[in-house]
Amino acid sequence: MKYLFTIFAVLTAVLLSYGLYQALVVAPTEQTMGEVQRIFYYHVPSAWAAFCLFFVNLVASIWYMVRRNRKADALALAAAEVGVVFCTIVLVTGPLWARPVWGIWWTWDLRLTLTLVLWLIYVAYLILRKFSTSGQTPVIAAVLAIFGALDVPLVYFSIWFFRTQHPQPVVGGGGSIDPRMLHAFFINLIAFSCFGALVCWSRYRFEMAHRDVEDRQALESIMEAGASR
Amino acid sequence: MNYLYAAYAATWIIHIAYLGLLARRYARLRQEIEELKKK
Repeated sequence: MKYLFTIFAVLTAVLLSYGLYQALVVAPTEQTMGEVQRIFYYHVPSAWAAFCLFFVNLVASIWYMVRRNRKADALALAAAEVGVVFCTIVLVTGPLWARPVWGIWWTWDLRLTLTLVLWLIYVAYLILRKFSTSGQTPVIAAVLAIFGALDVPLVYFSIWFFRTQHPQPVVGGGGSIDPRMLHAFFINLIAFSCFGALVCWSRYRFEMAHRDVEDRQALESIMEAGASR
Repeated sequence: MNYLYAAYAATWIIHIAYLGLLARRYARLRQEIEELKKK
């Protein structure tokens, strides 16, 4: 398993480096927006990775609700935490792209607002996981995650069904794009997906080890209390 | 151009900061495991 992780990590590092080269050097400069359009190669794959991780969180939460499986609970937590990191990147790179193109950092447009709400839902999920001491915390968190995940399709389809400031999708939305741009985009999409999976895997392994240690410490303290009586 | 570099830099700063946080948590966990082994 350790070798598999190392191989996957090396492969991801190669893909990320190649993706960076494609985005900054190979992909042509867009005519209207200029160089700043290259933010697209990080902004959209980050959003994609966040959506995938929130989907993993949803599946793991449902799995936990059905089976009460502690691995599912640990996976849900890991996916939500890494998903929030990627969603943060979306919310940081978006305004950095909007400022030179739209002339404003932020607007209360439907997609932007729903993305912020999505981020807030999962931050609330993580705060709940961190500070709640109730034995029912995993169940409450799983319910929050299941309802929170409903925001993901709303974010995705908001630009299809509503008139928004956010541009319509170029890839898969009927627009045309230079093949070199498409290549750079897909390389980064794969690279960010692999990176998200790798970090989530690492976070999951940490969570399982952490829970084992906590169980062991609880057992030790029970045994110590029993011995002192 | 500055916005482009800012966006790319911000992406990697956020990722590196999170990985650093994970590494710190791992180190603390390893310390706890060592303490349990000593018992």
